[in-house]
Order: sequence, then structure tokens, then C-alpha cells
Amino acid sequence: MEYFIILSTVLFCLGVLGVLLRKNAIVILGCVELMLNSVNLLLAAFSAYSGDGNGQLLVFFIMVVAAAEVAVGLAIIAMMYRNTKSVDVSIFNKLRG
Amino acid sequence: MDQILFFIVAFLAIASAVYFVFAKNPMYAILSLIVTMFSIAGMYILLNAQFLGIVQIIVYTGAIMVLFLYILMMLNLNKEDESKKENLPKFVGIFSVCILFVGMLGAYKGLSGTTVAESNIDYSVGLTKNLGRLLFNEYVLPFELASILILAGIVGAVLIGKKDL
Repeated sequence: MEYFIILSTVLFCLGVLGVLLRKNAIVILGCVELMLNSVNLLLAAFSAYSGDGNGQLLVFFIMVVAAAEVAVGLAIIAMMYRNTKSVDVSIFNKLRG
Repeated sequence: MDQILFFIVAFLAIASAVYFVFAKNPMYAILSLIVTMFSIAGMYILLNAQFLGIVQIIVYTGAIMVLFLYILMMLNLNKEDESKKENLPKFVGIFSVCILFVGMLGAYKGLSGTTVAESNIDYSVGLTKNLGRLLFNEYVLPFELASILILAGIVGAVLIGKKDL
């Protein structure tokens, strides 16, 4: 059981690392998906080890939300590309002081 | 046998996630993310969460990752699009993630005496029949609201992507 927790932590920290380091918008969105998957794995592990089905149902709803979020996020990225011909997030710095 | 299988699948998940985070070519990165998703589905099968394993393959790998690939292939990206990152934000990012990792592991220090014994695990929790019974008896309202959420996502995505409103 501890190994599931450690695996989930490692995947989550890799996701955070990817969001902080990368500048390609699609890869950043993929790192958010990686973080969501690590949390799903942790919830499923706890649910299986304590005999409660609520954790796995919560994972199901998280997957639903992640699917809708990816659809909207990729639509935004497509718009980004259509306006500026690039998916680099560092060129969107108009709000920077 | 269970432990060996766990370590093989966990190693595959971590290796493909590391390659995904550090790959220069976004197409290779998304392909390795697909391998990560498959290995997490394998983890679900190891926990006997059968419904979640199948849904992970169908929804995450079969729909979300394919959507990523569609968008990636629609955009004409060169391989070297991200060469302009300075060193200081990189080091600060890596350092803060290391602190996050150590902090999260420190939170698990008091847990080792409270786990469930291996012989008491109820392996019938992940079966589709039991999850379905729970879903349609107690979670009917979130289930219907999830369908409305997906509808909102569809309408939003189409509206954002239109050329002329």
C-alpha cells in the first residue's frame, strides 16, 4: 500500500515539474492530465484497500471532468495557434507588469 | 508475484512519465503519455478496480489522448520551439518540486502502522456490478449532472473554436 502512495506522489511531482518547466501549451495540458491521473490512482488504491466503493466512483467523476476540461483546453490552444501561429506560452505576456 | 508485477508496471509508468516531461519533440511526448495511461490502467487492474481500468483505457487513452494527437497533428510544430528558457526559473522550479516531493513524503511518515492487513482486503469493491449499484442508488444526481457538464463542455469547445461568432 505504501508503494502506491509513493508512486502517486512521484507522478504528481513529475506533473508539477512539467507544468513549471515546459513552454509548449499542449505538453502543459498533458502534465495537468498526469497530475489528475496520479490522484485517480491514489483514490483507487485507498478505495480498494479499505473496501469502500465511494473512492472509485469519485475517480469516475474526475475522469468525466477531465474529459470536458481537455476538450475546452484544446479548443483554447487551437484558438491560440490560429491567432499567433505558435503554442509557446511565453509569448502571451501582455498581463505581465 | 503481485509485488513483481507492481514494480514492473510502476517502473514503466515512471519511465514514460519522465520521458513525457523532458522530451523535446511534442509528438514523442504525447506517445509516451499514452504509455503512461496504459500503465496506470494496468495499476487499476492490479487493484482489482476492473471498471476503472476499462474506463481509463476507453476514455483517457482512447478519447483524450487521441484528441491530443489530433490537435498536435493539426498544428505545424517544429521540433525546436522551446529553446529560449533561462536557467534561473528552471533551477527554482526543480528545487521547489524537490521540496514538494520531500514534504509530501514526510507527511506519510506516520502511516506505516495503520494499513489494512493483506488478508482483509475486500476484492469485490471494484467490480462493475457493485460500483454500478452504488452509482445508481446513491450517486444518481451527480451522474445526471455529469452529463450536463459534458454538454456544457461540448458547447463551450465548439463555441470557442468557431471562426465567426
